[in-house]
Amino acid sequence: MKPFDYVRPATVAEAVAAGAQPGAAYLAAGTNLLDLMKGGVSRPDRLVDVTRLEGLDRIECLADGSVRIGALVRNADLAHDAEFAKSYPAVAEALLSGASAQLRNAATVGGNLLQRTRCAYFYDTASRCNKREAGSGCDARAGENRTHAVLGWSESCIATHPSDFCVPLVALDAIVEIEGRNGRREIALDELHRLPGDTPERESALEPGDLIVAVRLPAAARGFATHARYLKVRERTSYAFAVVSAAAALQVKNGKVTEARLALGGVAAKPWRARAAEDVLKGVAPDAAAFQEAARRALADAKPSGDNAFKIELGRRIVVRALTLAAAGTPARMPALPASPFASISGAIHV
Amino acid sequence: MSELSLTSAPAHLRHGSNIGQPLTRRDGILKVRGQATYAADNHPPGMLFAVMAVSSIARGRVTSLDVAAAKRHPGVVEIMTSSHKPQLAIDPEIKTNPFVFRMEVLQSDEVRYPNQPIAVVIAETLEAATEGAALLAPRYETLPARVGLDAGESFVPPVVGVGNPTENRRGDVEAGLVAADKRIEVTYETPPQYHNAMEPHAIVAAWDGDNLSIDMPTQGLFLSRARVAELFGMAPEKIHIRSPFLGGGFGSKGLMAGPQVLGIMAAKLVAKPVKLVLRREQMYGPVGHRAPTRQRLRVGTDGEGRLTALDHHARTVSSTFDDFYEPAADASHTLYASPAIRTSHDAVRVDTGTPLFMRAPGEATGSIALESAIDEMAWAWGIDPLAFRLRNYAEVEPITGRPFSSKALRACYEQGAARFGWAKRSLQPRQMRDDAGLLVGWGMGTATFPALMFQAEARAAIRRDGTGAMEIGAHDMGQGAWTALAQIAADGLGLDVDRVAFKAGTSDLPDAGIAGGSAHTATAGAAIHNAGAAVIAKLADLATGDERSPLFGAGNAGVIARDGKLLRRDDESRGESYADILARAGLGEVEARGTGAPNPAAMEEYAMHAHGAVFAEVKVDPDLGQIRVSRMVGAFAAGRIVNPHLVKSQLFGGMIWGMSFALHEEAITDRRSGRIMNANLGEYHIPVNADVPPLDVITVEEHDPHVNALGIKGVGEIGITGSAGAVANAVWHATGVRVRRFPIKIEELLTQR
Repeated sequence: MKPFDYVRPATVAEAVAAGAQPGAAYLAAGTNLLDLMKGGVSRPDRLVDVTRLEGLDRIECLADGSVRIGALVRNADLAHDAEFAKSYPAVAEALLSGASAQLRNAATVGGNLLQRTRCAYFYDTASRCNKREAGSGCDARAGENRTHAVLGWSESCIATHPSDFCVPLVALDAIVEIEGRNGRREIALDELHRLPGDTPERESALEPGDLIVAVRLPAAARGFATHARYLKVRERTSYAFAVVSAAAALQVKNGKVTEARLALGGVAAKPWRARAAEDVLKGVAPDAAAFQEAARRALADAKPSGDNAFKIELGRRIVVRALTLAAAGTPARMPALPASPFASISGAIHV
Repeated sequence: MSELSLTSAPAHLRHGSNIGQPLTRRDGILKVRGQATYAADNHPPGMLFAVMAVSSIARGRVTSLDVAAAKRHPGVVEIMTSSHKPQLAIDPEIKTNPFVFRMEVLQSDEVRYPNQPIAVVIAETLEAATEGAALLAPRYETLPARVGLDAGESFVPPVVGVGNPTENRRGDVEAGLVAADKRIEVTYETPPQYHNAMEPHAIVAAWDGDNLSIDMPTQGLFLSRARVAELFGMAPEKIHIRSPFLGGGFGSKGLMAGPQVLGIMAAKLVAKPVKLVLRREQMYGPVGHRAPTRQRLRVGTDGEGRLTALDHHARTVSSTFDDFYEPAADASHTLYASPAIRTSHDAVRVDTGTPLFMRAPGEATGSIALESAIDEMAWAWGIDPLAFRLRNYAEVEPITGRPFSSKALRACYEQGAARFGWAKRSLQPRQMRDDAGLLVGWGMGTATFPALMFQAEARAAIRRDGTGAMEIGAHDMGQGAWTALAQIAADGLGLDVDRVAFKAGTSDLPDAGIAGGSAHTATAGAAIHNAGAAVIAKLADLATGDERSPLFGAGNAGVIARDGKLLRRDDESRGESYADILARAGLGEVEARGTGAPNPAAMEEYAMHAHGAVFAEVKVDPDLGQIRVSRMVGAFAAGRIVNPHLVKSQLFGGMIWGMSFALHEEAITDRRSGRIMNANLGEYHIPVNADVPPLDVITVEEHDPHVNALGIKGVGEIGITGSAGAVANAVWHATGVRVRRFPIKIEELLTQR
């Protein structure tokens, strides 16, 4: 591994100063970064270890009814926080469907947002990858790409964002709090990840030194607690990235949908909010026809980037199912095998 | 020999107090406590770390390496390249025997597959060696890679597997097809797969003058030692290999591989002990894999649904520089009676590391295709798949006409089907749903694996204190040899297992042969059994020839050994302890050797196979196509079961592997570069706990007087066969979609709803 400096700042301000240096990378749990470094995909000169920063590991309910999740909160701790899981069940379900128990115990909220694509050509340093090395080309485009993007991709890059957590977050209008060289700012999570366009090497709206310090879910997001699900189709029952996933959240009054939220995972370089689909659900009965129409709208702009046309049809079916599950109501307890088509709400809890 | 039974030779008369007992593995506590020392756990003083640089291209030549940059890196000690390395005594391209495969040990600049070693960096730390390897920044002259089953002109290899004929015929297949009432012609594909043992290949090599000490996981201590000896031009006795534990081998650790030879060369170059451990992705190249296959089956049946012809052709690949051909079609030799059978193979050469034995080589790939085709034919007739198999039950080995040494397959079918509840299966597919609306499918497959034996020797001793010793260079890959062989040793010596010092796992012990072919327990067990008999016979001679002994005059055939005593066969109240016999004789111990080997006469006369029947239930989401196996039952007849506990675990492991074959495993190869794009355990999928359903294993009683004196057939590989097909057939039964390319993928099942 390339030798690197290791610094452990005492304050967020020190971290930002250190992180703004060329060649610096923030280190939290390292569940993704260390693999990238071992593979020579990332070769930072300096690791800025943010794990000891004070105050970033809290889950706080704010006066306005929103919840603020510190960037260093562990995925498992967040998912198993009873109050959080009750208020944002789809987020908890998504968290528990990701990775393995060991990884969830280590991985952090901030790191999850910034995890890199699982595109094999990005990881394989012998392959051309515009994301890894700007302008080098994309070997995925004509390569082994059955799991690649069907939405928002470009000729430069067909990679997907692999996060489960981000999918319900973006559906629920999560806000990202960022500390940077010019102080603190906030952006919608939907604005954090960029589509590739001609510059797939620029993956997010973050500038050098920017440190995600928290994610906030607005008060309104609680309103979906009784009708919110995450559904993830994968190639084995656990410990696999989504082929396609969806988060669906509804508010239903008097037999009509009053609010709908829908986002897809595994289909694009960012968690994909499907606003057009949400629009058609508003004011209609939560029935199969409405869900089919929402699915059609959600994938209307989708096109295959390779051997992955099936993901478009699969995406539609997942949307219908996720909405159906959401309409049926959030289960009283977290299913065994969260987010799985094989989720069962009876029997032992094992995630 | 074929008449030999355990009770007909009095010296062997035992009460079987050890064999047959479900002992827990004797090395289990060591492993749980982290005290079992695997090869890479060794750190001799002064040890350096070696890391391989491997090729990123599939074919061409290395034109430059930045050795200077790597050398400048702090901690780097040496760079071994094709122009700077210890000389070997023989060219590694020379195949000195059929079990020698060509390896890349920096003999040239040529690159013949991705992940081929092209240099070795030796450093004071693993990190420095790793970075040194990255700094070499190789440049290449690249030629187009040849990838896949259609990469070039096909040819018919001279043999497949280990010396199997490429083609076998019995009867007239074409006539059988013409005469058939129903015919199907179906083609199945299986992907390249990699062994992926949990423990990567590793070596710690230390030279002491012209002696060489090696810590290395191996399934073949003596083949490895012989290979090292010839490569380094030294006497085998100067080489000491320790391999007490393996974290899985599955065939990839059977023979000396290039990377391990590089570790020895590196130690020689720097004159210090060196450790070399493969990174996970480096295991996708120089240490073997299971080649992909495309198998065409043509099956004909008469008006009663009996086979008239079975034609099984398999296309596979080998490397461009060596020969190993997955003998997939041979799976059709043994299971189903047909007056006409033809099996044949052809191959193309691709830019890959040479394929090799991988758990059930040929049997696994061939089984999933054959069992699928049989299922398809059963459906063509509208007959229950089990009834169809019974209708075509082979009373003699179909390809040879030889009788079976034993075959309890009918009992396997019966007991497995009963336990599973097979009788309630709907004949039509896509008829069954569970409470949650998931599609439910039931499928089955027949399991088969040959009962093989190799050559082995063991040394037995009985000591003055009444304890015994048994020594054999046997291998525990995790299957439980430390326990099962000790049980056989205990019975061989007429002692409780705790009174026997059992030694294994090092090359200074007698040669146990290779731990492969599901033959290790039978082969090493036979040697142990015979060594035990021989040492008991010596002890009996001492006693029966001594007039002071209560056994005097009994004749050694009139004595039996039990619980540390020799007893008169005609009067068991008269006997003498081992300790007393040795004390009176003034001896510290008696020792003897025994060998285990196949019996050529019996092999000529009989077909020897283990059999089984596997039943699987899968659930499939009708809209989303995701599959989950929900239960499996396997009933296996594999001769004598030495340790039911360990055997069950072996069969579980095989069944899980079979499920993995049907649903998960695939090395994804870039069609242009030949590089494997999922060379890691995150994305090369094998089942995780949540994929493994409740498994039920039945061991069906089977007595085989012909396979070997102990009646052991072996259980290491059979669990895969049958299981893969059972899962694939269950997916069809659940969905009505017949998928013929494995592993079965979600998109294949989205065609219906």
